[in-house]
Amino acid sequence: MPDPIAPLRIAAYTVTSAAGVGKAALLAALRSGRSALTPNDFGPTPLSTWIGRVASLEAAPLPRPLAAWECRNNRLAWLGLNGDAFIDAVHAARERHGAARIAVVLGTSTSSIGATEDAYRHLDGDGAFPADNRNPQVHTPHSLASFVQEALDLAGPSVTVSTACSSSAKVFATAERMLRLGLVDAAVVGGVDTLCGSVLFGFNALQLVSAEPCRPFDAERSGISIGEAAGFALLERADEAAESPAGLYLLGYGESSDAHHMSTPHPEGLGAERALDDALARAGIDCSAVDHINLHGTASAKNDEVEAALVARRFPATTHASSTKGVTGHTLGAAGIVEAAASLLAIEHGLRPGTANTRVLDPVCGPQVRIEAAQAPVRVALSNSFGFGGNNCVLVFGDANAGGSR
Amino acid sequence: MSGATLFIDAIAFWAPTLPGWEAARSAFRGESEPLATPAKRPAPEILAAAERRRAPDTVALALEVAAAAVRESGLDAATLPSVFTSAHGDLAINDYMCSTLATAPTLISPTKFHNSVHNAAAGYWTIGTGCHEASTALSAFDESFGAGLLEAATQCLAEARPVLLVAVDVEAAGALASVTDSTGLLACAIVLSPRAGERTVAAFDWSLVNTTTRAAPIRSPAARSLAGNAMAGALPLLEAIATARPDTDPIALPLTRSLALVLVPRSPLTTAAGQGS
Repeated sequence: MPDPIAPLRIAAYTVTSAAGVGKAALLAALRSGRSALTPNDFGPTPLSTWIGRVASLEAAPLPRPLAAWECRNNRLAWLGLNGDAFIDAVHAARERHGAARIAVVLGTSTSSIGATEDAYRHLDGDGAFPADNRNPQVHTPHSLASFVQEALDLAGPSVTVSTACSSSAKVFATAERMLRLGLVDAAVVGGVDTLCGSVLFGFNALQLVSAEPCRPFDAERSGISIGEAAGFALLERADEAAESPAGLYLLGYGESSDAHHMSTPHPEGLGAERALDDALARAGIDCSAVDHINLHGTASAKNDEVEAALVARRFPATTHASSTKGVTGHTLGAAGIVEAAASLLAIEHGLRPGTANTRVLDPVCGPQVRIEAAQAPVRVALSNSFGFGGNNCVLVFGDANAGGSR
Repeated sequence: MSGATLFIDAIAFWAPTLPGWEAARSAFRGESEPLATPAKRPAPEILAAAERRRAPDTVALALEVAAAAVRESGLDAATLPSVFTSAHGDLAINDYMCSTLATAPTLISPTKFHNSVHNAAAGYWTIGTGCHEASTALSAFDESFGAGLLEAATQCLAEARPVLLVAVDVEAAGALASVTDSTGLLACAIVLSPRAGERTVAAFDWSLVNTTTRAAPIRSPAARSLAGNAMAGALPLLEAIATARPDTDPIALPLTRSLALVLVPRSPLTTAAGQGS
C-alpha cells in the first residue's frame, strides 16, 4: 500500500461541457438532473445516437495570436480556459512562482485528431494535407498541452497524458509527484476531448454506442452517449497556499491496470478495486469516510455491472454514488476532469448528484447507487475513471477537514 | 530540488538496422556497423500467437524492448509500474482510421479502433505480463523521450521503486507523411531504479534546469542514421551510456523551449555495461 500524501490545494478549477461554459452551468444541470444530450448532428454522415455537444464552438475561432493552433479541440480548450476566470488564477500563480515553476499536465484520448480527419477529407492533388491545415504540432497528441502551455504563457514541464478514458484523472497523479518532489510549485491539470469521427464510429464499431440518451446503471441500459468537454484545475502544495486552510483538496489517487482485456473491464473489477485501495491509502481514509462517489458509470453493459458490484461490496449504504454521464455524455479523455469538477462542486455545494436519464436501477446495484440527487454535506468525494487497455484511476477529494491521517 | 539520482538497471533497444542493445551499443561505440539488411519486425512472445503478426508496429516494438529490458533487469515484470512514451503513437493506424473515416466510416474495424488508443502498447504489456501496477502513456512531440524519462524518474523517486520506461516512434504513413516528420522505427526501454544494485549500468544525478540549450548532439554515424525518428531524443543518452567515457558532459534533454531535464553522469558512468547479454 502506498504511504499517505500531503493534500494538494485546488487553487482554482473550471469545467465546460454540453451543460454549458463554467462551473455554474454544470452545477445547475447536476442540481436539476437535466440531461444536456441531444440527437447526433455531428459530421457529414451522423450515426443515430445522442451526443453531448458544446454549443457554438464553430463560431468561436481562436484569438489571432493563437491561430496556428486552430482546431476543434484547441477551441474547446480555449473556451474552457476562459471559464470561471481560470486564466486569471493561473496568471496570479505565475506571478507567485514564475512561469518555469508551473507544470502543464493534460489528458486527452484523441486530442486534435478531428483536424487530421478533416485533412483526409480534403487532401490536395498530391495526396497531401491541404495548405490551410498543415501545422505538424496540431496533428499529434501533444497538440493539447503545447497549445495550453502557450496560451497560458507558462514554461514548466508540459506533457499530454493519453490513456483513453482515464487520461484526465491520471494527470492529478503525475502533478502530485512533481509537486511533492519540488520540481514545480504549481500545476495546471485537466483535459480536453472533442467529438470526432474516430470516437463516434469507433465506439459504434465496438457496439458500445446507444441509440438513445445513455442510462447509466439502468437495468435496460444500452450503451454510451459520447460527449465533449474541457476542464482544468490549478494545484498547489497546501503548505504554500496563500489563503486560510478552508478550500478544496486532492487527498489521494490510485492508478492500476486490469491486465485483462483491451476494451472490456476485468469481470471482478480487480484493477478498479486496486486503484480504489491505493487512493484510499494515499488519502489515509477508509471507505466509511466517503460521502459521495462520482462513478465511471458509462452505461455500457459491462462497466456498470462490474463497477456497481465493487461499490456494493465495499461501501456503506450511506455512501451516495451516482453517474453524471447522463448529463454530459461520456467525455472520454476529458471525463476524469469533468467528474473531478463535479466532485468538487458536490463538496462546495453539499450536492450529491443523481443519475440523469436512468429509470430503473440494475439489480446488481447496492443501496449506494442513487437515481435522485440529494442535498447533504460532502466532505469526501471519490471519482472513478476507467479506460481502454484496462487503465484505471481513482481520485479522492475533500474539504479542509477531510482525511484520516491529518 | 537536489540529490536526485537515477540508476539504470537495464537497457533494451530495437531499430531495423540495430536490432538489440548489444548491436546498438557496439555501433554507437564505433566498433561495428549497422546491419546492411534491416532485421524483420520483432514478434514479441508476450503477445498471444494470433496477435503477434497483426499487432501494430508500435505495440510489437514496445513489447519487444520492454520484455528485453525487464529480462536484463532480473525483476518481475508484474511488479513494475510502466511509463510508455511516443510522440505520435501508431501513425499507420491513424492513417487507417482517417482514410476509412473519409471514405466508409461505418466500416471502421473495432480492433483497429481499440488499437488506436495511445496506451495500446501499455494495455498489451500489462495484459501480457499480468501486471496490475500503474501504467501511463505520454506524448510531448519532439520532447517525448525527455517527458517520458521525467515521468519515470519522478515515479521512481517519489515512490522509491523501480519503474519501466518504454519509448517508441514509427514512420509516418500515407497522407500523414505530409505533416508528420518521423522516419524509420526506433524503440528503447530502460529500467530505472532508485538505488544502486549489482545490475546498475549507469547512474545520473538529475534536475530540471532553466536553459535554452538545444538537445545534446548525436555523435556516432550509427546513431545519426536514426536521427529522423521522432524518438531520436533518446539517442544522446543511449550513446553516452554505450560509450561510457569518463569525460561525458551533462546530457540536456529539452522539455520546453526554456527548460531541460539535465542528467549529470556519476563517475564511473558505467559498472556493468559490457556484461549484458
